[in-house]
Amino acid sequence: MDLLESYPLLQTIAERYNTWAVILLMVSGLYIVVAKSNMIKTLIGMALFQTSVYLLYLSPGKIIGATPPITDTAFAVYSNPLPHVLILTAIVVGVATLAMGLALIVRINEAYGSIEEDEVVDLVDRQDKAEE
Amino acid sequence: MSTPADPQPALMLADQLPALLVVVPMLGAMVASLLRNGALGYLVSLIVSWVSPVIALAMLWQVEASGPISYAMGGWAPPLGIEYRVDEANAFLLVLISIMAALCITFAPRSIASEIPAQSRGWYYAMFLMCLCGLQGMAITGDAFNIFVFMEISSLAMYALIAMGTDRRALVAAYQYLVIGTIGATFYVLGAGLLFTITGTLNLVDMADRLQPLLGTRAALAGLAFISVGIGLKLALFPLHLWLPNAYAFAPSVATAFLASTATKVAVYILVRFVYSVYGVEVAEAHEIDTAIVLLLAVLAMVAPSIVAIFQANVKRMLAYSSVAQIGYIILGVFLLNEAGLTGGLSHLFNHAIIKGCLFLAVGCIVFSTGITKIDQMAGLGHTMPLTMGAFVLAGLGLIGVPGTAGFVSKWYLIQGATEAGLWWLVAAIVFASVLAVFYVGRVVEVAWFREPSPEAAAPRPVPVEMLAVTWILAALCIYFGFETDISAGVPAEAARILIGGGADG
Repeated sequence: MDLLESYPLLQTIAERYNTWAVILLMVSGLYIVVAKSNMIKTLIGMALFQTSVYLLYLSPGKIIGATPPITDTAFAVYSNPLPHVLILTAIVVGVATLAMGLALIVRINEAYGSIEEDEVVDLVDRQDKAEE
Repeated sequence: MSTPADPQPALMLADQLPALLVVVPMLGAMVASLLRNGALGYLVSLIVSWVSPVIALAMLWQVEASGPISYAMGGWAPPLGIEYRVDEANAFLLVLISIMAALCITFAPRSIASEIPAQSRGWYYAMFLMCLCGLQGMAITGDAFNIFVFMEISSLAMYALIAMGTDRRALVAAYQYLVIGTIGATFYVLGAGLLFTITGTLNLVDMADRLQPLLGTRAALAGLAFISVGIGLKLALFPLHLWLPNAYAFAPSVATAFLASTATKVAVYILVRFVYSVYGVEVAEAHEIDTAIVLLLAVLAMVAPSIVAIFQANVKRMLAYSSVAQIGYIILGVFLLNEAGLTGGLSHLFNHAIIKGCLFLAVGCIVFSTGITKIDQMAGLGHTMPLTMGAFVLAGLGLIGVPGTAGFVSKWYLIQGATEAGLWWLVAAIVFASVLAVFYVGRVVEVAWFREPSPEAAAPRPVPVEMLAVTWILAALCIYFGFETDISAGVPAEAARILIGGGADG
């Protein structure tokens, strides 16, 4: 703790560790989407990217020392339940998107015999050229 | 909201219109997917898609008569509950979406039967209604998170619609759109999350109030940046448009016409909502450089895809690139930040939906009759399919912006807006981009009328009467709105006045 107190910048970083987790997940997810040619890996990256946003919503809803929002005279500080509800919806949306994406990949594999985006896009370009 | 003189049951129904507009297509989609039958699915979607414009028109009339409608979803009062809020701007958009859906579905059955295998037709109609539900939900809701949910509902349905195209490239187009679209939606929800964190509310009206003292904070600006980029991906603002050309080129004809005339338009509306209602026009005015960058992108969007369109071999892809260019005009109008410009943007949104809907449906007729998708094969079509090509040319003239067509009216407002803003080079850019449209529309006209019929075009199947009728209704509207501008420019002008003047409160 002494180390943190003598370096204010370090302290700021440490205090907002939840934000750093979000940023790390987000950029790794985006990197995977951009860099990977394998479609399944791209979808994994996409899911990681979405997950980072779930954390962004959830972490401010947690208040240290607060209880779940069930009213009782013994407790005065409650956590915000709204982010949890929102993210429950977002998770459902994310699952649906992932399922849709995987279904498309199955169909692409049937039609092209590959799930490498580079190879598939090559075939698409060749078909485009053949038509011109 | 209704007059007290109404009898009790009618009054109750009239109060529930905003919810019905979303619930009816959603239930329709469920019924259609349970029926799993093309003909029955068509019947359900025909009924649903003609009920929607009635509801939307009733709401527009109600808004005109007695101001914005606020509807508390499930009886939970805003700002805590989800509010459906209808004012001039989105009532107008809802009318546009629902009428385009109704016309597209009327056009659909035989075109779908020729493009989609029998076992998938029921699903097609279910997805179409789900897409309609999502788009109308996005337009009507006044809740930032609800916008995201409806955006994903409409997008997921769109990916499925696109993937149903006959060509195997449709699958790749749908997959690429899925990845890019999801990133866009996630960016949007990230921006909305930042706004939620600093304001503690998701209701757009409430958010606009609470954001006022926080406008200078970095979180507020980062939120706007994330939302703009996310929506920019969804509305295919150049250079974020890469998903669009293939998606439009390989989707089934009717799906292309519907998506081209509604999906990107709703995204534009969401952007307008945030820039004008939630943040207020002052924010965009204060950040001159950022606004200038968006204007520059809009100009590039008008010019570069138009040039690309001239060299396309596939007629649907040519029109898709043209769509990217037209989005440029709309965004240009929106970010001129004056009333004439915004009127032009919103009016072009409306006119372009009709024009592009007509063009894609005309192509749908051609695909149905001859199977032609390449411009070279269209040689002589002007003689063998004069009615379809006639509608194509009328809408093409509207796309160019010839006086007497709908496109001219909105471009006139855009030029007026650019002049008011003192940006003369933009006037030149608008005119130059319109000249480029002459080339790509002219190319089709030249091939279709001044060449000997190609073997494919020599003996077309006759076009069914409902397909021709819908195409010609839209072609006639292109001309009608060139002269009669009460709806296509009057309502946008009123909406622009409200958006610039009073924020979300109207």
